[in-house]
Amino acid sequence: MKTVDLTTSSVQDLNHALHQQSSSVSEKNWTITNPKGSHNIAVGLDADLDVDIQGHAGYFCAGMNKEANVTIHGNVGQGVAENMMSGVVRVKGDASQAAGATAHGGLLVIEGNAGARCGISMKGVDIVVKGSIGHMSCFMGQSGSLVVCGDAGEALGDSLYEVHIYVKGSVKSLGADCIEKDMRDEHVIELKGLLEKAGVDENPLEFKRYGSARQLYTFKVDNASAY
Amino acid sequence: MSNDKNINLKESATFDRATMAEIRRAADTGIYDIRGFGAKRKLPHFDDLLFLGASMSRYPLEGYRETCNTSVVLGDRFAKKPITIETPVTIAGMSFGALSANAKEALGRGASIVGTSTTTGDGGMTPEERGQSSKLVYQYLPSRYGMNPDDLRKADAIEVVLGQGAKPGGGGMLLGQKITDRVASMRNLPKGIDQRSACRHPDWTGPDDLAIKIQELREITDWQVPIYIKIGATRTYYDVKLAVKAGADVIVVDGMQGGTAATQDVFIEHVGIPTMAAIPQAVQALQEMGMHRKVQLIVSGGIRNGADVAKCMALGADAVAIGTAALVALGCNDPKWEKDYEAIGSAAGFYDDYQDGKDPSGISTQDPELSKRLDPVAAGHRLANYLRVLTLEAQTLARACGKNDLRNLEPEDLVALTVESAAMARVPLAGTTWIPGQKY
Repeated sequence: MKTVDLTTSSVQDLNHALHQQSSSVSEKNWTITNPKGSHNIAVGLDADLDVDIQGHAGYFCAGMNKEANVTIHGNVGQGVAENMMSGVVRVKGDASQAAGATAHGGLLVIEGNAGARCGISMKGVDIVVKGSIGHMSCFMGQSGSLVVCGDAGEALGDSLYEVHIYVKGSVKSLGADCIEKDMRDEHVIELKGLLEKAGVDENPLEFKRYGSARQLYTFKVDNASAY
Repeated sequence: MSNDKNINLKESATFDRATMAEIRRAADTGIYDIRGFGAKRKLPHFDDLLFLGASMSRYPLEGYRETCNTSVVLGDRFAKKPITIETPVTIAGMSFGALSANAKEALGRGASIVGTSTTTGDGGMTPEERGQSSKLVYQYLPSRYGMNPDDLRKADAIEVVLGQGAKPGGGGMLLGQKITDRVASMRNLPKGIDQRSACRHPDWTGPDDLAIKIQELREITDWQVPIYIKIGATRTYYDVKLAVKAGADVIVVDGMQGGTAATQDVFIEHVGIPTMAAIPQAVQALQEMGMHRKVQLIVSGGIRNGADVAKCMALGADAVAIGTAALVALGCNDPKWEKDYEAIGSAAGFYDDYQDGKDPSGISTQDPELSKRLDPVAAGHRLANYLRVLTLEAQTLARACGKNDLRNLEPEDLVALTVESAAMARVPLAGTTWIPGQKY
């Protein structure tokens, strides 16, 4: 196991060392100590690594992750796992806004709460939040799944495309073109799989499903008030 | 004299026939007009500036014997691998989706022949484009359609797009008829829907966040490639200062004559400032920060010929970017397709419905049959020829002003034909020493 102490190493040196594992993995297990809220920790990883961050991280932690399994033992700032392609990012604490923004794949697990715009413009990632999420979450979400075990804030799923949204608690309000949908068997199975993958012990039958009404898919002047 | 009967008819300057036609169109449809191209209204532009060639007080350079450098290094502020372009004319960002794959390939081929860069657009990087572009700038846009770190690492530079001249403050809309299987797949969207492009980045807000975002992009690419920031020309002085502070290597300022694939006509014609007015603001901002020539300035929006290139350089730009002109060089609006333009209710030289995907020239379309009309090799050569002419024309003017490098051109080499252009470009009205707004 390789340990990098960010009081003596720079984030730049850390990321460079992690990137050097892309061509061939010589050190799979990495522990980052004293992150102290630094931004851009473990961004652009492109290898099957296990990275443990022992503390709070700043903006864009694990941004654009591919393949790596990154765990943050603390809270994270804005844009955790933004544009992730694959792999797993797990936040033990809370996440600030835009968690998992535009992410294309992989699994993002937030064990605490997530702020506003969680899953904004998500493009295939699966996001599981054990706590609650803030307003405008999943705005323009394109594909993937967003699971919320707590409550959702205002305007959930505004201008949604094809993301599957599952919420156990209350939804303060739905955004334009987002509606509640029937929870059919295939959705229960999908949700059960997501919860298991995330290691979250919840009953899928207690969730409600939300998705796109697909009324804004083509521009119609009759919908002007919704734009 | 058949027209004599109309001699007493007076057309309103306010409600002219085009204005009335638009009112009727709006009343018929209930929807605003969406189109491509750039501003079509008459604006103060580079034609309103003239060069002062050398005479007694300045020595010209010999046109065919003495060299005049045109190469420019872009992005040497922080990047380990800055880009060197052989001509200061680059190809602006235009997306696969808005343009056909053949058109994107042709842009790459043409740019590569003359040693300059081309730029991706909303929707990601295609293999055709990467394969044919020796220097490729990868746009990082609010929608992040097609955005992935593998392509990011393949890029020679990254351009963080905050706006474009045709619609600063606006997002975009790629209509369903252009969302083919391939476009839909690259953008993770259902086929055939109207695809909206966001106007704001999803994971940062404001210049302080942007500084962290730029650092993230540098970290992901190990500080190898330059990071550009592209802005639509509005509050250019302040925006340029903030872009420098955020850590840009290169700043791209796109004036309101810059083109678009599709947006509202009211946006194109009524938002932003002319390119000529934006350059002095940008240069002033850079100079005040001691960053002029350290952070390079690329200017776009209505660049048509070598004179426009030289005038931008004289006002302080390090390079220019062309979009509409490049498409025209490829064959957009070519009269050889006149009958086809007429069949879709337009005419060669007027066609701007890029959003419809019916472009007879095979450029702004995803229709496979129309796309075949554009031979990417031949079109690439046409673009290369055009880029060479722009370069030669700019060199001609620079030598006439006694300059052995295009970047040695300076505002002192220019005068203005109108009070407006003198004020905007901050050069004297021809025959005077008067620059409006400045002390005598």
